[in-house]
Amino acid sequence: MRFSGLKVLAQGLTGNKGWTPHWRDPAPKDEYDIVIIGGGGHGLSTAYYLAKNHGMTNIAVLEKGYIGGGNVGRNTTIVRANYFLPGNSEFYSHSLKLWETMEQDLNYNAMHSQRGLINLFHSDGQRDAFARRGNAMINQGDDAELLDREGVRRHLPYLDFDNLRFPVYGGLLHRRGGTARHDAVAWGYARGADQRGVDLIQNCEVTGIDIEGGIVKGVQTTRGAIKAKKVGVVVAGRSGQVAAMAGMRLPIESHVLQAFVSEGLKPCIDHVVSFGMGHFYISQSDKGGLVFGGDLDFYASYASRGNLPMKEHVMDAAMTLMPMIGKARVLRSWGGIMDMTPDGSPIIDKTHIDGLYIDCGWCYGGFKAVPGSGYSFAHLMATDQHHEPAAKFRLDRFRTGRGLMDEEGTGSQHNLH
Amino acid sequence: MRVDGKGFVNRAKAVSFSFDGKTYQGFEGDTLASALLANDVRLVARSFKYHRPRGILTAGSEEPNALVTIGQGAQAEPNMRATVQEIYDGLVAKPQNAWPSLAFDAMGINDWFAPFLSAGFYYKTFMWPRKFWEGLYEPIIRNAAGLGALSGQTNPDRYEKAFAHCDVLVIGAGPAGLMAALTAARAGALVILADETPQMGGRLLAETHEVGGKACHAWAADMVAELQGMDNVRLMTRTTVTGAYDQGTFGALEKVGHHIADRDDDLPLECFWRITAKRAVMCSGALERPIAFPMNDRPGIMTAGAVRTYLNRYGVAAGKKVAIFGNNDDAHRTARDLAASGVEISAYIDSREGVALDGDFPVYAGCQVTGTEGRLGLENITVRKGTTDLMVSADCLAMSGGWNPSVHLMCHMNGRPKWDEAIQSFVPVDGMIPGMVAAGSAKGVMDTGGCLRSGAQAAIEALGAIGLDAQMPDIPQAEDDAYVISPLWMVDLGGKAKHRAWLDFQNDVTTKDIKLAAQENFKSVEHMKRYTTQGMATDQGKNSNVAALAILADATGRTIPETGTTTFRPPYAPVSIASMGAGSQGKGFAPERFTTSHLATLQRRAPMIEAGLWYRPSYFPQAGETTWRESCDREVNMVRSTVGVCDVSTLGKIDIQGPDAAAFLDFVYANTFSTLKIGKVRYGLMLREDGHVMDDGTTARMGENHYVMTTTTAAAGQVMKHLEFVAQCLKPEMDVRFISVTEQWAQFAVAGPKARDLLNLVLDAAIDDETMPYMSCADVQVAGVGGRLFRISFSGEHAYEVAVPARYGDSLFRLLCAQAEAMDGGPYGMEALNVLRIEKGFITHAEIHGRVTAFDIGFDRMVSRKKDCVGQTMSGREGLHGDYREQLVGLKPLNGQQALLAGAHVFDVADEAVRVNDRGYITSVGYSPTLGSYLGLGFVQNGRARHGERVKMVDHLRKAEVICEICDPVFFDPEGGRLRG
Amino acid sequence: MRLPCPICGDRDRREFYYMGDAVALHRPAPDAGEDAWDDYLHLRDNPCGRTRDLWMHEAGCSAWIVVERDTATHEVFGATLARKVKR
Repeated sequence: MRFSGLKVLAQGLTGNKGWTPHWRDPAPKDEYDIVIIGGGGHGLSTAYYLAKNHGMTNIAVLEKGYIGGGNVGRNTTIVRANYFLPGNSEFYSHSLKLWETMEQDLNYNAMHSQRGLINLFHSDGQRDAFARRGNAMINQGDDAELLDREGVRRHLPYLDFDNLRFPVYGGLLHRRGGTARHDAVAWGYARGADQRGVDLIQNCEVTGIDIEGGIVKGVQTTRGAIKAKKVGVVVAGRSGQVAAMAGMRLPIESHVLQAFVSEGLKPCIDHVVSFGMGHFYISQSDKGGLVFGGDLDFYASYASRGNLPMKEHVMDAAMTLMPMIGKARVLRSWGGIMDMTPDGSPIIDKTHIDGLYIDCGWCYGGFKAVPGSGYSFAHLMATDQHHEPAAKFRLDRFRTGRGLMDEEGTGSQHNLH
Repeated sequence: MRVDGKGFVNRAKAVSFSFDGKTYQGFEGDTLASALLANDVRLVARSFKYHRPRGILTAGSEEPNALVTIGQGAQAEPNMRATVQEIYDGLVAKPQNAWPSLAFDAMGINDWFAPFLSAGFYYKTFMWPRKFWEGLYEPIIRNAAGLGALSGQTNPDRYEKAFAHCDVLVIGAGPAGLMAALTAARAGALVILADETPQMGGRLLAETHEVGGKACHAWAADMVAELQGMDNVRLMTRTTVTGAYDQGTFGALEKVGHHIADRDDDLPLECFWRITAKRAVMCSGALERPIAFPMNDRPGIMTAGAVRTYLNRYGVAAGKKVAIFGNNDDAHRTARDLAASGVEISAYIDSREGVALDGDFPVYAGCQVTGTEGRLGLENITVRKGTTDLMVSADCLAMSGGWNPSVHLMCHMNGRPKWDEAIQSFVPVDGMIPGMVAAGSAKGVMDTGGCLRSGAQAAIEALGAIGLDAQMPDIPQAEDDAYVISPLWMVDLGGKAKHRAWLDFQNDVTTKDIKLAAQENFKSVEHMKRYTTQGMATDQGKNSNVAALAILADATGRTIPETGTTTFRPPYAPVSIASMGAGSQGKGFAPERFTTSHLATLQRRAPMIEAGLWYRPSYFPQAGETTWRESCDREVNMVRSTVGVCDVSTLGKIDIQGPDAAAFLDFVYANTFSTLKIGKVRYGLMLREDGHVMDDGTTARMGENHYVMTTTTAAAGQVMKHLEFVAQCLKPEMDVRFISVTEQWAQFAVAGPKARDLLNLVLDAAIDDETMPYMSCADVQVAGVGGRLFRISFSGEHAYEVAVPARYGDSLFRLLCAQAEAMDGGPYGMEALNVLRIEKGFITHAEIHGRVTAFDIGFDRMVSRKKDCVGQTMSGREGLHGDYREQLVGLKPLNGQQALLAGAHVFDVADEAVRVNDRGYITSVGYSPTLGSYLGLGFVQNGRARHGERVKMVDHLRKAEVICEICDPVFFDPEGGRLRG
Repeated sequence: MRLPCPICGDRDRREFYYMGDAVALHRPAPDAGEDAWDDYLHLRDNPCGRTRDLWMHEAGCSAWIVVERDTATHEVFGATLARKVKR
């Protein structure tokens, strides 16, 4: 079924009786060409692009819970391409371009809104670093503008310009940055993949990976054994556990990151705003809730829930930067499991096991990568060649030190990125 | 309508307030909701999506409809629940999300288009043309969405945060909570009893039965009085426990000032508590759920328990003609209490067959409400018996679909509650939160007697776990009526479902939406929630989630336990950002660190800039100087020609002592310190274990086993943690101790050709090149005070750093400045310091930004291969060496007056400025008055091999392109003659 | 979250700095080889369940401690001074 305004009208007039499932619930087959482990944003987009770009349809996506139930369904929905290191730069640029045509491509309104992202800076040193970043963005073909203090004031008059502990020196404006309705991204890819024949299998947990003679043969699941010629692992925070099924250790530590949403409010924040001194970022959803987040809770955790000190720290940052939101009330907070790497950048690579591929290490920046990651991982799985924009996301870079992409410059401690 | 002789509001004290521009009277003790109902105001709000007229549904914080804005101007508080807000004289409440008026809301037109606005409709449209989303569709949607509005002004109110500790935290002061608190208190435990409302007692304040032979509210008052008299008990009213966290930590919000008309400036509006409890007893009660019957959302339709609360607690009849519709025996009480108070009951409708009820009103057993009428308030209801419809006149309908235990807090650590068939709801499971037990109706115990027993038992269990013996108190006589319920989630009219039945009132989610979600395969309860927005409103589904998933279960052919619940997440009730971020507004966000010269610096009108948590002077302006550059150039020239003074106390100073101090330094520094002679100073390079540069600085050997290390200002904390890590985790066998002395010493750089002359004016014993050669250190007497002198230089000049105990810092700074000025010198600030060090190619964290190696900055030879040190092995990785690395270089514009820009990138002259041609970037720039040219430091691929070549600097952001020459980073005095001079 | 500092007793999480897996205690010899160093600095078991990790009581006594806890439930089983674990 193709969605359109006309269809909504027609269905409305006939009692909305004709809407059909957005995707099927097929029983798993005995064998697939490709099995994708993980029905999150990246897994679903991988399946979609395998089908769309590479004509492969004998594919299953195995999800232990419900599709889109991981980090793609609990994040601060920010979409941007403002990285500055080679490797990241071209990848996120490609991903943002995919965002710009994704909704028409998927025939699904993910409410991708390029409302502009402003990264604030609070010292000369930070300005220089953001200038380097902005120039790198333009070198890559993306957009960036350096705002001075008055420029920021024109966009964000509600910031505390008078008493802020770390005064606003200016900001880096990325107009094509913005937000999207996170769940819809997962659903759109799911529907698109399903329409192209991909089997989305929910409530199907992988319990083992079958490997013979260094070659992957399939997976064991709570719904039986499934044979596969190729297996892609796209399980974010759970990468460690799934890799262990193949006898691998990964350069990943799983951490908890919290996010928050306020009660609905009339529009007051148009942009995505990021504080440079306290790890705080905020936007307002179309529904009116302020959606914001901060830093990791900083300890390894799979609990999907955060602790009080970091909540308070995030609110502290909010109050110093924009005290006009003090009377907004936090409605809900949640935590996701972040697959943190030693340089804060992701991995899209083959493994030492033939036919086993891995896409992980998105740290807390995976949402905006959903289209690009799926596109590049599908390319790798289908062709065994690295897709150019993701060619630097190699697993061996930590061992060799070549091509590290440490945007934060904090080194090999996983939780500092 | 106020009912004589009922309720506990203070009828001697009238309170005047306004709502929607009209002034009303209530009484002290009223909530805004009770006062509005007393004034027969039923229409109070509009719903989120369809803008349907709405009234008050509940009597608690779970209220989904009656959200108003309280107060005006910067103090306006959006989305306040009228059911919780206490009234005070002069309170101004305004409706939200309605224009031009509450009674006539233009957006009400949405309701007519409801068939086209079904669940998730927006995912299917607004996609064409693509550009119209940001330009047209989205702005319309955004403006239509949202509830109340923020004022847009800086929050003017005061908030606080506090910590509290106790043995037993009792959450909720209803019958179970009071009994639990009393039991724990009598056993001698430190008890905190927290309750959301201003008055403790919970449902006992809303009911009319007896406990212990007296009215239940009177019994509650006696209990509160006894607890108040005990030193080991802290009673916290208006305090909502909002979240349960690890190891007995709880968040709680106390509303301190929302009910006070003229608040003292010192009184916070709210206080956010962090409570640490050894054990907790959750007595959070239960919430009544509505029934989804057609058009069940009109003003006047309320929960039956709320109708009882308004009657018994506030003395207000919610209607003149009240109908009651229920599926359980609890609703009988509403009928009984209303009848006893003389309120007309137009119908009692029970969905169960054979229910009998004594009273002077018509009882319809085995019947259902199938429709309602009344545009801005309920007028009639339709009652169906079999196939017969009967119209009943009513301006209030009290409905009860049963009660849901408030299990929320118990589920904050991912625990899932279990389905209890008897009460048709979810109940907590033991052990969901370590150290917390549930009691009373929160546990599914639905009679008062049971709640009292349950509270006491839970307390005894909690006390036993922390080794306190408790006695089971006498449990007073109380009602123990069986709670009989037969599930009724929705009134199903089959195919004739022309009318909608609401579940989530605020978000306008109807039973049809749930069915549509199932139809479109959003069958997981989480998918249904996200697709329909069911349970995502400000009540987080407290009123509607159980019914919604029952309907989803039915639509998908599963049982309710199979369908499961969505995840409960903190906070239990919304918490203001200002309360959790209390104290951080303005400067409170981070500590401010001031050097000892701060006051003297301000007196010299130097603009201060932030350096981490410190403040440092940017430059010291002199009369006639109009730009910072003029001052900076003068200060640079001053240091190069006479003498300058600069406070460098912000650099980290670590005092290191012990027999293994030398070996320890050899391990933490890339280069060697054990060979350093006593009385000498050496530059040290510190690596991270991954082979990248962590920090640099100088370290002085004051004695055989005594070193003083300096770090950069930025990395002082990181280095201290790192040293502790190395000492405790990697080399515990080393006998070494160290401590940060950053704040104990005030330290000043004295730099320039006349540096020694100046110092000799303040030192008790004069120095010369022999006693203080370059890179030496010594204990000295400075104007009679014991201090330290280091001959080191960050400017390239003959320079020293002199340190005295911090209490003498102010005096020494003033003295040095005065003496310097007498020699045509003076103080200099960060701008000049920066230019001086760029001229000399000295690096800061602009260069060692975490991604560079010793190789990159040309210090590869400093990484000693004769000994092991942190970072040595990994710095040898092949990827951290080679031509492809960007290496530290100097950059000089061909035309020296063309400004270089830090953050600009570097390209080969003929190349287009795009990523694939990127050769490097500039990290630091300054104008050198010494050399009459702009200078830059930066990193260029294979840069060390390219000295003398031309490249172009391109800055797209600031539209600049400058041709530069790559050169050695040391621009000035490369031989270092001036240092030793 | 509260952690039991062996020196100071139970303290709030906000007083502690976190480093990561206690593997950090076991620094390989300089010549242990690429694999050993890759294991030490990068690769992690990353268990969902019981783990031992390194914390520092930064806002307290400055002790580095090894905490035994569960990454799935946040249950804390105990803590030992890193200095003692090492010896």
